[in-house]
Amino acid sequence: MAYIEINRLKKYFNVSGGTLHAVDDISLSIESGETLGVVGESGCGKSTLGKTILRLTEPTSGEVLVDGKNICAIPYKKFKEMRTEMQMIYQDPFSSLDPRKTVMQLISEPLKIHKLYKNKVEMQQYVESLMQIVGIDFRFAHAYPHEMDGGRRQRVGIARALALNPKFIVCDEPVSALDVSIQAQVLNLLQDLQQERHLTYMFITHDMSVVKHISTNICVMYLGKVVELSPSKDLFQNTIHPYSKALLSAIPEPSLHNRRERRLISGEITSPIDPKECCRFAPRCPYASEECFTSSPALTEISNKHFVACHKAKEFI
Amino acid sequence: MSKISTPAMQKYRETAGKTKKDSEHKNAFARDAWIRYKRNKTAVLGLIIVILIFLMAIFANVISPYGPYDCDYSNILSSPSAEHWFGTDNLGRDLFTRCMYGARVSLAFGFLSMVGALGVGGTLGMIAAYFGRTVDNVIMRIMDVIQAIPGTLMAIVVVACLGNGIPQLFIAMTVSVMPGMSKTIRAAILTVRESEFIEASRCLGASNLRLMLTHMLPNSFGHFIIYAVSSISGGIMCIATLSYIGLGISPPTPEWGSILSTGKDYIQSHVGMVLFPGLLIMITVLGFNMIGDGLRDALDPRLK
Repeated sequence: MAYIEINRLKKYFNVSGGTLHAVDDISLSIESGETLGVVGESGCGKSTLGKTILRLTEPTSGEVLVDGKNICAIPYKKFKEMRTEMQMIYQDPFSSLDPRKTVMQLISEPLKIHKLYKNKVEMQQYVESLMQIVGIDFRFAHAYPHEMDGGRRQRVGIARALALNPKFIVCDEPVSALDVSIQAQVLNLLQDLQQERHLTYMFITHDMSVVKHISTNICVMYLGKVVELSPSKDLFQNTIHPYSKALLSAIPEPSLHNRRERRLISGEITSPIDPKECCRFAPRCPYASEECFTSSPALTEISNKHFVACHKAKEFI
Repeated sequence: MSKISTPAMQKYRETAGKTKKDSEHKNAFARDAWIRYKRNKTAVLGLIIVILIFLMAIFANVISPYGPYDCDYSNILSSPSAEHWFGTDNLGRDLFTRCMYGARVSLAFGFLSMVGALGVGGTLGMIAAYFGRTVDNVIMRIMDVIQAIPGTLMAIVVVACLGNGIPQLFIAMTVSVMPGMSKTIRAAILTVRESEFIEASRCLGASNLRLMLTHMLPNSFGHFIIYAVSSISGGIMCIATLSYIGLGISPPTPEWGSILSTGKDYIQSHVGMVLFPGLLIMITVLGFNMIGDGLRDALDPRLK
């Protein structure tokens, strides 16, 4: 049984124009110790998916099973304990840290909330060791977030998430706000932590090269739907969905010869408000036929553990 | 978890617990704000005025050789002189002494009404902003109703209903300052409520109370501190008005408004009895307002 299992999860928002389908009927599973990379363009519902799994927003329907336990059924007041199991690392270390708290206060906050220490000295030692683990020098203990660079700030965010010893961490674009040189450091840190502590990650990003580097499985999202779900290697060698192909062809290749053909998708992303019953990608898909505009394709297994939601999947293999 | 020690950690361990907060690391924001505040001459003047009034109030018994109730019937309604700087009143009491003692009452009520309004109005505003929707609507409409009645009138109504006395006055003034305070705090909280760091703390399991007190309140502090300081002057005006019309502090307790009220009978022969307490009210209110304006500019980092 998978560690995280998501069954038909939906998150709709009521907006002025109708109902916005941010996460629409998604089923996934993540094995313990693995990393699921979630990719897709901006606004496709990646972050909402992550936040809904952590119950930072209440799902409209569906269930999230953690270790076989449906966390959506836990009353909100008792949910505090679950927070120690699952944590989140935020995209922007500038806005996700309280600007009026020092590093010491920021990292000790989860410890205070869950009363994980007996006295002040013990708390300080714990914070020290966390800072050591994520690689921030202790001289920053009294620094404010704005006094540090982005990489260190993100490390503070990681230390906060680790403080509760979680098993599952949703990384919501943890490196996209950072410099390229620091991106690699933070990614390596995340991978080291995963090995040491047997963490399970859900890694949300729109950067295909990052996701290739870190994921076991990759899930490609388009407008609230999963269009392709497959083991990482398989996806890169054997891309099936036209949208995934276009995404992958956008990875820059550092080579002068051997230029690949780039598949550009024309048009804008269609509105996620009250979408019609059809393939969501159809209006932009170069291969779309009549069928694609009338019925919505289901996610089906094409080859071993490789799922695609496309009517023409068989033609593309 | 590994326990590795660096010199920095050792040093920290040694000093930990001894000094509660290292003043060197104190908020850079506050330091910058103070630098900006100092640059503003009016604001500094306001601060000096308020400090002087405070010293006057605190050291009234040291500065003056007379007591506030010492009557000298041989010397009533005298003009300002070396012995009696502001002259004496209709019972021969030293007016300067009485004004200094009066400052105690005015300042105390100004601050108390601010603190009371901040406590009650602030909490309500915070709850309204945090929970939103119905809670917000109910609280804010009640505040609208209270605000629709002029502040002084509201205070008069409360005193008329509950009777005359210090606690009643305190309630009356709190009620009249509360609506503005709650609205200011609500607006301030709304601007930080949607911040990502609030959600990040919620993700760590922080309770509503914790989010409000440790994250939202400190981050919206700058917004409502200004209103709080300005409302002190409102409180001073209010207590003076109430005393003037006889609903506030009753004689013989020295209070600026009640001195004024007694003095109005002698305004043609002895103008000092009205002039001096009136001037004091004016200067004090001006001082607090100047501080408020200065704070507004100093706490806005965009004006760097």
